[in-house]
Amino acid sequence: MLAYIVRRLLYAIPILIGVNLLTFALFFVVNTPDDMARMQLGVKRVTPEAIEKWKAERGYDKPLLINSGAKGLSTVTDTVFFQKSARMFVGDFGRAEDGRDIAREIASRMGPSLAIALPTFILGLFVTVSFALTLAFFRATAFDFWGVVLCVAMMSISGLFYIIGGQFLISKVWRLVPISGFADGVDAWRFLLLPVLIGVISGIGASTRWYRTIFLEEVGKDYVRTARAKGLPETIVFFRHVLRNALIPILTGVVVVIPLLFMGSLLTESFFGVPGLGSYTIDAINAQDFAVVRSMVFIGSVLYIVGLILTDISYTVVDPRIRFE
Amino acid sequence: MMGFQVVLLWSDMLIWLLVVAGIGVGVLVAKTPPLLAAWRRVGADRVGMAAATVLLAFIAIGLLDSLHYRVQLDGKPGQKASYAVEVLSVLDALAAPLRLRNEKTYSAPFATRLYAKETIDLPGGETLRDYPRLKHGGSHLGEREDAVAADAGLTAFRAGVLALLAWAALAAGAAALVQRGPAAVDASGWQKIWRRETAFAWDAVLLTVGLMLLVVVPLFWLAGQYHVFGTDKVGQDVLYQVLKSVRTGLIIGLVTTLVMLPMAVLLGIVAGYFRGWMDDVIQYIYTVLNSIPGVLLIAAAVLMMQVVIDTHPQWFSTAAERADLRLLALCFILGITSWTGLCRLLRGETLKLRELEYIQAAQAFGVSSWRIIVRHILPNLMHIVIIALVMDFSGLVLAEAVLSYVGIGVDPTMISFGTMINSARMELGREPVVWWSLAAAFTAMFILVLAANLFADAVRDAFDPRAA
Repeated sequence: MLAYIVRRLLYAIPILIGVNLLTFALFFVVNTPDDMARMQLGVKRVTPEAIEKWKAERGYDKPLLINSGAKGLSTVTDTVFFQKSARMFVGDFGRAEDGRDIAREIASRMGPSLAIALPTFILGLFVTVSFALTLAFFRATAFDFWGVVLCVAMMSISGLFYIIGGQFLISKVWRLVPISGFADGVDAWRFLLLPVLIGVISGIGASTRWYRTIFLEEVGKDYVRTARAKGLPETIVFFRHVLRNALIPILTGVVVVIPLLFMGSLLTESFFGVPGLGSYTIDAINAQDFAVVRSMVFIGSVLYIVGLILTDISYTVVDPRIRFE
Repeated sequence: MMGFQVVLLWSDMLIWLLVVAGIGVGVLVAKTPPLLAAWRRVGADRVGMAAATVLLAFIAIGLLDSLHYRVQLDGKPGQKASYAVEVLSVLDALAAPLRLRNEKTYSAPFATRLYAKETIDLPGGETLRDYPRLKHGGSHLGEREDAVAADAGLTAFRAGVLALLAWAALAAGAAALVQRGPAAVDASGWQKIWRRETAFAWDAVLLTVGLMLLVVVPLFWLAGQYHVFGTDKVGQDVLYQVLKSVRTGLIIGLVTTLVMLPMAVLLGIVAGYFRGWMDDVIQYIYTVLNSIPGVLLIAAAVLMMQVVIDTHPQWFSTAAERADLRLLALCFILGITSWTGLCRLLRGETLKLRELEYIQAAQAFGVSSWRIIVRHILPNLMHIVIIALVMDFSGLVLAEAVLSYVGIGVDPTMISFGTMINSARMELGREPVVWWSLAAAFTAMFILVLAANLFADAVRDAFDPRAA
C-alpha cells in the first residue's frame, strides 16, 4: 500500500510539470512580458523605459527558458520559467501586483473558504443522498416522478439565480441574516448560514438525480432479489443492503473534490464578500494579476491530484477485494 | 431601395456550417437503420418532442440573428457607396420596433412612465418633479394612462384568438399529414393524433406549438405598443435583449461542442485502439488538462486572450467583429477544457470494442487500422458522441452566464444572458426594486436549459443501449 502511494506521488510529478509548462506557455509565450506590461501600464503612451522597469521589478526581464548568457547551472535557473514556475513546487509563489506575498495570503484565506465549503459539502451530501434514497425507495410512483421533475427543473436554473434570489429574499426582504460579509470566530455563523444554504440548494438537482440512478442500479442486482426471496421486508432490504452498497460508488466518487474544498467557490465567495481563496482568485482575474492566477492554477492542480490519490485509497478501504500491487 | 452589404462574421459561418452538418447527419441517419430506429424512439418520446419544439423555436431566433449586414449610408449619386459601422442582423430588422424605441432609463413592464422622477419643464416657465411620460411605452393611449390593463388585455385577447386560429390551421395540416400515412386503423388523422396512435409524438408537438403561439403572439403584438418586459438602465427594451441573448447562448452551446468533438473522437479512438505509447501520451495530456480546475484554466486562457485582443486593435474593423472573435475564442477555450471527459469515455469504449471478435476478424483479414476505425469502431461509438453532444449543451449555456459574471465570459458589449444578469443584479438593491431585467433573463435561460435537458434525456434514453 505504502509503495503504491509513493509511486502515485512520483507519478504526480510529471503531471505537475505538465501543468506548469502549460500555464507557463499560456502566460509567457502566448503573450510576451512586454504585452503584459503594456496591458498593466495602459496600452497608450507607454514608454519603453516604463516597460523595462515594470519587467525588472517583477523579474520578467530574464530569458524565458534558457539563459545562454549565464554560466553553469544558472543557464537554467536564471530564467523566467525557473524563477516563476519551478519555484512553485516548494511553495514560493512570489508577490502579487500589490506587493503582498502570495503564499502568506493563501494561507490566511484558506480558513474562510473552508468555513463555507466544508459545511456546504457535508450538508449537501447528506441532503442529496437522503433525497435520492427516498426517491429510489418510492420508485415508479407519482412521488418519484415529480421528484425527478423537480430535480430536472432545479438543475435547469442558473446557479446565479439561487444566489441572487436567496440574497434578495432572505437578506433583503425578510432581513434574517446579513447580505454579505464575514467575521472571525463564533460570530461567523450569521454570515455562513445563507451561503451554505444556497450552496446546498443549488446542488440538489443534479446530484440527487445522479445518486438516484446509482440506487436504482443497485436495486436491480441479484443479491437484492435473493434478500427479498429470503423474505426480508423491503425496508430492511433497502436500508441494510442497498444503502450500504450504493454508498460505495457515491462516497468514493466525492472523495476527489474534498481537497478542492480548500479552494473555495468563486461565485459564492464573491457574492457574499467572503475573504477566501475564491474571491481572491476573482479579484486577481479582474485586476489581471497574472502571478496570483498562475499560483491558483498550480495549487488547484496539486489538490486535484491529491484528490485522485485519496480516491484510489478510499477504494481499498471500502472494498477489500481491491488490492494495489 | 436602400442598399446593404452582407457581413459574414466567423461565428455566423460556423453556425451555418453546423446547420449544413446537421442536414448531412440527417441524410446519413436516414440511410443507417439502427440510427434511424434510435431517432424514431426519440420522435416517439412525448416530453422529448415537446422540448425539441421549444428548442427549434430558440434555434430559429438564433439563426435569424446570424444573418448579418450593414446598411448603405445615404450618399451623393456617383460617390463610392459607404456602409454604416453598425452591423445588423435579420432579427434586428424584424425587431426594429423593439430595437429603436429606446427610453431614457429604467421603466417597469407595461409602464407608461419612467422609473425615476425628473424635473419637467412646464409651459409657462414652471418646473415640476414627477415621473416623466415614456416616449414610446403606451404612447398610443395618450392621456388615458389608467386604461393600460384594459387596453393590453383586449390586445392580448385579440392576439390570442389569432394565435388559436393559426394553431388550428397548423393542427389541421398535421392531421392531413397523418391521414396520408398508412391507414392501419380506421380513424381520421385527427383522432389518431389525440389517441396517440401515431409513431411520432404529434400531440405533444401540437400542444407545445399551441402554448407557444398563445404566449408569443400576444407578447409580440403588445411589444409594439408597450415595453412588455420593461426597459433597462439605458432605456433599451428588455425583450429585445432577451432575443439577442439567444444567439450567444446557442453559439456557446453548439460551437464549443463542434470544436471539441474532432479532438475528443480522434484522440479517444487512437488511444484506445493503438494503445502503447500513443495511449500514454494522450492519457498524459488529458490528465494534465483535467487536473487544472476548469474555471481556473478558463480564467487563465481568457485573461491571456484579452491581452492579445487589447494589444492588437488593428485586427478588427468593427466592434461587432471584435466581440464576435472574442465569443469564438471563448468557445475554443471551453472546448479545449471540456474535451477530456468525452475522450476518456471513447478511449474506454474503444478498448472494449477492439477485443471483440468482429474486429479481430477484420484484423485477420488484413483490413487496415484506419479502415477498421472508420468502418467498425466509429459507428459503434456514435451513441456516446450523440449523448455527450446533447448533454453538454445545457451545461455550457449555464456556464456562459457564470463566466460572464466573473468577467471571463463574452465581450461586455455583446448581449448575452450573462451580461444581462451581470448588469442588472446590482439593481435589486434599489427602492423600488428593478426586477424585470433579471426575471426576463433568468426565465428565458430557464426555458432554454430545461428544454435542452429534457431533450437530452430523451436522446440518452433512446441511444443508450444499457437503458430501456
